[in-house]
Amino acid sequence: MFGYFLSRLGMFIPTFLGVTLISFMFIRVLPGDPIIVMAGERGMTEERYQEMVEKLGFDKPVLQQYWEYLTGVLQGDLGESFVTKKPVWDEFFALFPATMELSLCAMIFAVALGLPAGVIAAVNRGKFFDRALMSSALVGYSMPIFWWALLLIIVFSGNLGWTPVSGRIDLLYYFPDVTGFMLIDSLLSGQEGAFASAVRHLILPTIVLGTIPLAVIARQTRSAMLEVLGEDYIRTARAKGLAPVRINGLHALRNALIPVITVIGLSVGTLLAGAILTETIFSWPGIGKWMVDSIFRRDYPVVQGGLLMIAVIVMLVNLLVDVLYGVINPKIRRR
Amino acid sequence: MKLKLMAATAAIALTGAAAQANTLVYCSEGSPEGFDPALFTAGTTFDASSHPIYNRLLEFETGTTNVIPGLAESVEASDDGLEYTFKLRQGVKFHSNDEFTPTRDFNADDVIFSFMRQKDEGHPFNQVSGGTWEYFQGMGMPDLVESIEKVDDYTVKFKLSKPEAPFVANMAMDFASILSAEYADAMMEAGTPEKLNTAPIGTGPFSFVAYQKDAVIRYANNGDYWKAPADVDNLIFAITPDASVRYQKLKAGECHIMPYPNPADIQAMQDDADINMMEQEGLNVGYLAYNTTMEPFDNPKVRKALNMAIDKNAIIDVVFQGSGQVAKNPIPPTMWGYNDAITDDAYDPEAAKAMLEAEGVSDLSMKIWAMPVQRPYNPNARRMAELLQADFAKVGVDVEIVSYEWGEYLSRSKDLNRDGAVLLGWTGDNGDPDNFLAVLLGCDGREASNRAQWCHEPFEDLILKAKQSTDQAERTKLYEEAQAVFKEQAPWATIAHSVVYMPMSNKVQGYKVHPLGGHIFYGVSVE
Repeated sequence: MFGYFLSRLGMFIPTFLGVTLISFMFIRVLPGDPIIVMAGERGMTEERYQEMVEKLGFDKPVLQQYWEYLTGVLQGDLGESFVTKKPVWDEFFALFPATMELSLCAMIFAVALGLPAGVIAAVNRGKFFDRALMSSALVGYSMPIFWWALLLIIVFSGNLGWTPVSGRIDLLYYFPDVTGFMLIDSLLSGQEGAFASAVRHLILPTIVLGTIPLAVIARQTRSAMLEVLGEDYIRTARAKGLAPVRINGLHALRNALIPVITVIGLSVGTLLAGAILTETIFSWPGIGKWMVDSIFRRDYPVVQGGLLMIAVIVMLVNLLVDVLYGVINPKIRRR
Repeated sequence: MKLKLMAATAAIALTGAAAQANTLVYCSEGSPEGFDPALFTAGTTFDASSHPIYNRLLEFETGTTNVIPGLAESVEASDDGLEYTFKLRQGVKFHSNDEFTPTRDFNADDVIFSFMRQKDEGHPFNQVSGGTWEYFQGMGMPDLVESIEKVDDYTVKFKLSKPEAPFVANMAMDFASILSAEYADAMMEAGTPEKLNTAPIGTGPFSFVAYQKDAVIRYANNGDYWKAPADVDNLIFAITPDASVRYQKLKAGECHIMPYPNPADIQAMQDDADINMMEQEGLNVGYLAYNTTMEPFDNPKVRKALNMAIDKNAIIDVVFQGSGQVAKNPIPPTMWGYNDAITDDAYDPEAAKAMLEAEGVSDLSMKIWAMPVQRPYNPNARRMAELLQADFAKVGVDVEIVSYEWGEYLSRSKDLNRDGAVLLGWTGDNGDPDNFLAVLLGCDGREASNRAQWCHEPFEDLILKAKQSTDQAERTKLYEEAQAVFKEQAPWATIAHSVVYMPMSNKVQGYKVHPLGGHIFYGVSVE
């Protein structure tokens, strides 16, 4: 198992280097000069422009700039934002817990509903529940996030007044960040009602962000289960008179989980992409909106640093998924 | 560490308790870049920094572009216009925070520190927080200000390299906010000079409490403020980037005031009895700049004919959805010096066609550049270009619409040999007509901010004379004449000034829409 883990980890290094190169080049191949964008309609003199070029290091050859960036990254320095003049590393870690909290909640929501829904649909194949569920999943998958979010806000926050419109906690509560996770910090603060407020603020963004992964997981679980339920050993188990719950819940689901886990791993990327819109609409202070703003401002250090950090997270999750394959199916780690 | 955390929590719990009683919540549209106004250029940053936290030597009277005394009680210009002497106010106190308690009141050292860090490249704070001092540079201050002298603790003298009347208005701009030299020294000694930007100390009506990036900014009432204290105990900026969500928050009572409503929501807001909708013309202008160095646009009559072909009212209806007004001058009507006697070119396609024919222009093809971004002076440039295309087609002019990425657009549109007319605009910085007329239409602005590449001697003489005079009545007259010359020469088609809407809860009292675009909460109360 350890050798299997090491082989997976070995693939991490070239991927990481590739990501540094892509994130560095990505923003540079886009048209648009960050200095001109910074100056706006006012513009600046040629002399001032050259000063800025020098100050930001754009006068150096691109390869040299990349080398300096890479050596900085390896020493834990992602550079400073052109706009806020603050280290990218600090900005990322100030915002990332909010994105992670929301993504985790969305993933728990998607798995907790998607897995049982998929299993029940597979077991009741062709019946009303199966059809209703699969149609709902298709609708959920196709729904534009911003529209879905605004609809929920108007109905549940505006008309019914059940949930807050946006933000992470009621403005009445205020305590210093300890972990950056509002659910935990609100508990640590000891302020009455803070935790409940944080939970209420999480409900709508969790539903919005979790909708697409929920649909994907439900569909994937259903199809994986259907495949497994047709296998000989399931037929044998049935012939032996095993309880349907045991057959479906233990034997079939365990083997159906491999493709489902793959989908869950891949959904992390989808969640981070979805977080961009969800965070903007719900005024959620995470990395999604931070990244989008920096692309428009051509804030190179933030774009390349943020992309790199997101890529590393997705890679780590996929590494974890690979390891989980090995745990679930011993045949995989022997290959 | 634990003790510090408990102390912070206790202090904050107090703030929280007060929040129930008298807190103003503003749903701001974005995050500030930082809290040192001289480092940045965005209005969102100034709303969160220079307006609540700091003061300037001179200030703009809220709701007008009039310059009034601030931290300086008076300013006196020498006869030659080369020296400005500021008499400073005594007894003004800086805020304090966990790491700093001021030992002295505001004085001349703070003024010299606040400007010299921007001017002097050898100043210990010149490079702190990556200082590029864009506004100080952009307003031409490094060349204009020769020296700043401390005459005594409460008198400061600025020596200029040339007479320049707009200097007075520049001193009221956000980049001229006054910071504490004592705090700067303390932070430099502690090895954290960047705290000037992240944990700001000023003299303003509100002191900074905390900022959670992209989420919330909290301020407390400065009880020691040198004017009457603010009317609310706490001010909170709830950062809410989406306009529809801001509206929902306003309706749900989660905030009291919001900026930049969606044009589509304005009618519903006006119909809502719980919402008070304030409006004012913005200090901006959206225009179409011809390249006046290229044929046939070097002929003022051709430009004039094209201007007569534009149905500006249709543009206001379609592009601004009513939240704009037709522009006849290159400066907005809220600005002093605006020449209201000027008559706009009448929309008359037939006359325009005849005029073009008279000038020997037929089968004209041209390009119109459409900006790829939304701006207050032009919320949808692509749509505006399409309307212009249709208007020009009626007078036999074939238009091709082009667009580039924003940085490229700004860069390429400056080119002297640019092919086509450019849609662009401007939002004023300091309420002085020079900030529009000289920057956008002066000869020095060619291949830079003068997108018409226009250099017309009679116009240039007028704006230069106005710049050098310190007599406001004389300046007004000169700028009025300059606008008449502009109208006759037509280097641009002036299209629109936007109207700024500020929806707020009926509980809010005392808010004034500021023509310079800032959002100011001093003097505002909540029932």
